[in-house]
Amino acid sequence: MKTFALTRAGDSGQAIATAAKATTAQQGADIRFIGGGTTLIDLMKLNVETPKTLIDINRLPLDKIDMLPDGGLTIGATVRNSDLAHHPLVRKNYNVLAEAILSGATVQLRNMATTGGNLLQRTRCMYFRDTAMPCNKREPGSGCAAITGANRGLAILGTSEHCIATNPSDMNVAMAALEAVIHLRGAKGERSIPIADFHLVPGNTPQRETVLEPGDLITHVTLPPPALGSRSLYLKLRDRASYEFALASAAVMITVASGKITRARIALGGVGTKPWRSTEAEGELTNQSATEAVFRKAADAALRGAKPQSQNGFKVELAKRCLVHALKLVTQTA
Amino acid sequence: MSDRGESERPEAEGHSEFGRSTRRTFLSRLGMASLVATAAPAITTLAQRSEKVGQELSPAAKDAVPVTLRVNGKKHDLRIDPRTTLLDCLREHLHLTGSKKGCDHGQCGACTVHINGRRVNSCLTFAAMHQDEEITTIEGIGQPENLHAVQAAFLATDAYQCGYCTSGQIMSAVALLKEPCGPEDADVKECMSGNICRCGAYPNIVAAVQSVRQNAKQPKAG
Repeated sequence: MKTFALTRAGDSGQAIATAAKATTAQQGADIRFIGGGTTLIDLMKLNVETPKTLIDINRLPLDKIDMLPDGGLTIGATVRNSDLAHHPLVRKNYNVLAEAILSGATVQLRNMATTGGNLLQRTRCMYFRDTAMPCNKREPGSGCAAITGANRGLAILGTSEHCIATNPSDMNVAMAALEAVIHLRGAKGERSIPIADFHLVPGNTPQRETVLEPGDLITHVTLPPPALGSRSLYLKLRDRASYEFALASAAVMITVASGKITRARIALGGVGTKPWRSTEAEGELTNQSATEAVFRKAADAALRGAKPQSQNGFKVELAKRCLVHALKLVTQTA
Repeated sequence: MSDRGESERPEAEGHSEFGRSTRRTFLSRLGMASLVATAAPAITTLAQRSEKVGQELSPAAKDAVPVTLRVNGKKHDLRIDPRTTLLDCLREHLHLTGSKKGCDHGQCGACTVHINGRRVNSCLTFAAMHQDEEITTIEGIGQPENLHAVQAAFLATDAYQCGYCTSGQIMSAVALLKEPCGPEDADVKECMSGNICRCGAYPNIVAAVQSVRQNAKQPKAG
């Protein structure tokens, strides 16, 4: 591991001022905030990340979960994944989020990982993690070894000729379905960014994964009030029953009234280069009956743009079945 | 990078009298004996040199950070390279070698310790980030003459083979008792999924955890 200076932020302003001097907030940043460290330290041990300065933000007062006046929820950036998943308000109003978080990683990792850190979780693409291999995300212009290599676990939606890395987070998928808003404080003030606009598809710049600029500190995430009468669910399909990244997953939130779906929010995981909200699937479901034929149409719509690689063609059908099954489960008791 | 002198090291390596050596003390004495027999002068030179080199050239010395760690109720004032993970700090600086290094990437759970009562992977966090937090290792939860209920249960159900993952398994199991974990074996398996056992002692590990939970439910006799 490359050496670095470790500083502890006394307050957010100080942390932001220090981090604003970074050349980038993206891959290879020379100054980084550290929360749980479960992604960052892992990548530092691999020399994939080599920050010269780490700013420990764990003692900033960003660890609260509160109900908002409108009935929504505000979640501090350093709230641990286990605290978020087990919070009574999350259990009651945002079940899909609790299920998504608990389906990922292990108790130990969830006790460490933070909300802000999980939003910034890095891909598990083995070529990104191996500095001996070419990777456009890690070293722009070096090529993508995954496209001609081992790509079974990689993305089929939102890919480009330069990068097919999957966003590995489960939490992000639920956050996408819940239409979370990410709140930042930066050198130029505060910004609020809907999660759909927070992560970027790789395009020609796979090294840019989010809209974060140097100095931007995620302070909290807000969730809108729960939709009246809606039911939600997270279904994750993977190679093992536990402690494994998704091959395909679906976060679904559905409201059914008099036999018709009046509202649908759909996001897919394990298949996209970013948490994959599917407004196409939502469109196919809205104002339709909750039948398998409708679910299948929605799944077809969600995967219409899929570009499978040499080893992950199975993900197209798997993701469709995952979504259909999730919709069946969530509506059968509605 | 520790400021603790050799003489201050805790006697964590077990008994030294004949016939009661631990594997660690036996091996280290064996190693020293053969070195002394073959290369006594070289040892002295090396030891003297490395001390000097360490003082003058340590690349991290200028970046070393002071940290006070509270481990198993005992306070330790240290100066450490900021790269030192909590696991390496426990093992190499405080000589608490019960916590094990398996994968060193948060995947195997052999390094599991408690910070403020919650289990974490000590290989995935820097020691210097844990100023004044309450750290508990396997050395802090029970003693040979006064085992923690989980330790006793691991013995009773034969919940290990080679033993390398065991301290991590036990630290996870102890934490699990206070976590929201369902009653079934399947729930225990899910809650213990962050601890890998290459010997495959899983059925007996689940049995150990379940036996402790069963006993905790029953009113204690007399």
